Amino acid sequence: MGGSLLQNAECAPRLVMADPAEAAARMKIDRAGWAAQSYARYDRASVMKIARAVAEAAHQGAQTYAEWAVRETGMGVVEHKRQKNEMSAHPLVDFYEDTDLVSPRVDAARKMVEIPKPAGVIFALTPATNPVSTLYYKTILAVLSRNAIIFSPHPYAKGCCFDAAKRLDAAAVAAGAPAGLIQCVEEPTIPLVQALMASPRVQVIMATGGGPMVRAAYSSGNPAIGVGPGNAPVYVDPDADQTLAARRIVDSKAFDNSVLCTNESVLISLDADRSRLERALRAAGAHVCSEAEVAKLREWLFPGGHLNTKAIGKSAAWIAEQSGFRIVASNRVLVAPLGQVGLDEPLTREKLSPVLAWATADSFRRATGMAQMILRMTGAGHSAAFHGEDPQKAMDFAAALSVYRVVVNAPCSQGAAGFATHLAPSFMIGTGYFGRSSVGENVGPQHLVHWTRLAWNADSAVAMPDMSAVRAPFDGPDAPPSYPPQPARPAQHEAGGMDRDLLRQLILQELQQLTRGST
Amino acid sequence: MFNYGYFSFDSKDDLLAKAIEYWNPGKTRFWQDAGIDLVIDRREGYFLYDMSGRRLIDLHLNGGTYNFGHRNPELVAVLKSALDYFDMGNHWFPSVARAAFAEKLVRTAPHMKYAIFGAGGAEAVEIALKTARYTTKRRKIVSIIKGYHGHSGLSVATGDDRFSKIFLADRPEEFVQVPFNDIDALDRALRGRDVAAFIIETIPATYGFPMPAEGYLNACQDLCRKYGTLYIADEVQTGLMRTGAMWGWQSYGLEPDLFVTGKGLGGGIYPISACLATERSGGWLHEDGAAHISTSGGSELGCVVGHQVIDILQRPEVISNVHYVAEFFRRSLTRMMAAHSDVFVGIRQRGVILGLEFDHPEGAVAVSRALYENGVWAIFSSLDKRVLQFKPGVLLDAETCQEIIDRMEAAMPRARALLRNMKRVA
Repeated sequence: MGGSLLQNAECAPRLVMADPAEAAARMKIDRAGWAAQSYARYDRASVMKIARAVAEAAHQGAQTYAEWAVRETGMGVVEHKRQKNEMSAHPLVDFYEDTDLVSPRVDAARKMVEIPKPAGVIFALTPATNPVSTLYYKTILAVLSRNAIIFSPHPYAKGCCFDAAKRLDAAAVAAGAPAGLIQCVEEPTIPLVQALMASPRVQVIMATGGGPMVRAAYSSGNPAIGVGPGNAPVYVDPDADQTLAARRIVDSKAFDNSVLCTNESVLISLDADRSRLERALRAAGAHVCSEAEVAKLREWLFPGGHLNTKAIGKSAAWIAEQSGFRIVASNRVLVAPLGQVGLDEPLTREKLSPVLAWATADSFRRATGMAQMILRMTGAGHSAAFHGEDPQKAMDFAAALSVYRVVVNAPCSQGAAGFATHLAPSFMIGTGYFGRSSVGENVGPQHLVHWTRLAWNADSAVAMPDMSAVRAPFDGPDAPPSYPPQPARPAQHEAGGMDRDLLRQLILQELQQLTRGST
Repeated sequence: MFNYGYFSFDSKDDLLAKAIEYWNPGKTRFWQDAGIDLVIDRREGYFLYDMSGRRLIDLHLNGGTYNFGHRNPELVAVLKSALDYFDMGNHWFPSVARAAFAEKLVRTAPHMKYAIFGAGGAEAVEIALKTARYTTKRRKIVSIIKGYHGHSGLSVATGDDRFSKIFLADRPEEFVQVPFNDIDALDRALRGRDVAAFIIETIPATYGFPMPAEGYLNACQDLCRKYGTLYIADEVQTGLMRTGAMWGWQSYGLEPDLFVTGKGLGGGIYPISACLATERSGGWLHEDGAAHISTSGGSELGCVVGHQVIDILQRPEVISNVHYVAEFFRRSLTRMMAAHSDVFVGIRQRGVILGLEFDHPEGAVAVSRALYENGVWAIFSSLDKRVLQFKPGVLLDAETCQEIIDRMEAAMPRARALLRNMKRVA
């Protein structure tokens, strides 16, 4: 240790350097400004063509980046990450296929014309837990809404994110997008992120990540869409099919080892159902911990009351082993039965790992109160899940809780994120005013566009003219000329064969084209 | 009261009076007479502020010196960090900063071997011309009419009479000039095989950026090879990505024997210049490396800044930005010319080097003044006053570029009025 410290001291630069990455990142913002200005003129057909090309590139890279992300971050499950990546490609574009955020809308009845105006430059953060799927998702939102986007990935996932952004940008440019539409910071640091978040050349921040990061985005002085942490309570009603409910919950908890913030955190059921639900959970592949195991788990998972980040996205077996007990290798989830919930029980906080806290209550009313108590601690505005057949109970549960989505009879990880329900597919789960966020629904491309409204006099004596012959303001991309300018052709000196100068020119041209392609 | 701490002036008029009294009466009066009462005070990015507080967008950039804008924060940080460790250095000895910067420069031009440093463009030209004489053992230098390579002994002799005759520095027997874009004239000048070097700006700046005719520069280079003359590319204004390539000669597919860079190389904050030489042309560095010495040439502080300048220019973001800026002005100015074709008659462009032609022998003087009144500072070409030098920086953002065009559009009626007035006088 001492040796390596000495070596570091010897290698430290003799000149005190400013962070070169920050300067380079500021240049990315200017470049994005140009790209955004150009892209804002694109018409709907060009936009959809680029969105499809980006989705295809994303789809093609789904497996590669799933492997890369798991390798780089040590979190999650390759197969599940691949699924998430794929879902954030074509299905996401499909979902917004009919949402036109490009063409002006004419509302003759209200005598109004609405012209979409993209935000401009988006500065987007991606978390270590869902790095590439979040990057895919935000990219496609930006492309659909005609914005340029710059990513600052979580440092743990910078390699896969940088490469993925480059790949998507290349696909976009090949489909006619302006260069630099999709960029990524190579060396993210906290000062760099803070500097970029506060840049007056950034129009909106899309913040996904830890609470402090989201708060920093909102404090930056720039408009921001940030979403708070999750901590979903899931209620299983006595009339629910316990086997099905248990299977959905275990599948959801096991999905990518619970790194989606929509995953169930605390299971709540009635006292009377304890043993049949426990059997169903076991049958679904969960290990239900003994009291002693719960104590070990609590100590390892929340040393000093704070989540041990080593646990995030790890497997149930690994977490059990670290905590000091063994489980059957096929068990995918640890269930920790608890006597109480709330502030005094850390296991009822967000865990981002396949550990499910489980508390029981003597009535539905009490169970609902318990769920709200959990959300009061953390996870307000996020998600909850309900398993049961009684629509009144579902309504009462949702009405009582400080959340903006309650998934019914579906896995919450995928359901609240719009992949197993008809909610908008999203890696930004708006936590609204409950969760100190500006958006309460699943964030979509519509949040990245504002509309200029031409509003005619309401007086019926003033007519609104026919708009059908008015030229649309967005006429598609102008074909960019080749750049840098092609070298002038030298005079030919030798008859026949290829002149050496000409050959050199051709090579130079090719090199220039190559460089252009790579930027 | 303008209090700068170390000195102060009561007013702008007070400063102007002192400038006339102690500094340069001719230059000071010239600008007052031309209606350009600019005294640059604060400066930041691509903005200049007159002592009155009025803001101007800088499209003059002193020929690319402020390619990155004024006081570019990244370069200022680099210079500050260098000042905590280095000073100008001792030119006699090898130095880490000089070796690192020389390597960095040479790597931008694969056929080059050495970088020889100076403090300004003229010194680098001086080095190039001396190097060519050493290599060829010939004395004559050929340049183009209206060419411009600086104001020192040899460099000024290659340029326009205006700058050499006044100081009795013209030497017609050794310094021959040929018309630009006239390949036969060059052939006649070189045919005697007694010419050491042909020196040419890749696009002649002070002449108003006339574009080389297709194949002209390549033909010049071929003639030089044929007659044993060294081809020197003066890249002081055309280098450093301003044509869209690192060096202008690269974009024309040339391979000069020597080339010269300066101005923007020091980022506008520390003067430095360089002459790059091939193995063959750099022979004197072996025979007597101290044959040319310069106390402030290749200052280590300048080397650290220059090293970062090249580094910045190699970033893909910058290359892309230059493309966007060039493309934006190509489109916007073409549109503007169509709307004002009575006075605005031509656009010369390569990358972010532009010359705008106006329909009067001193047309650009009027346009420069109209732009100045509308918050944009762009200078006319000294040796062709029909042409306005229009030199946007490589890091300009979309918003400022649009503002330049909006201001220019607003200035056109005033420019037209000034031109009409000039024509009446003429």
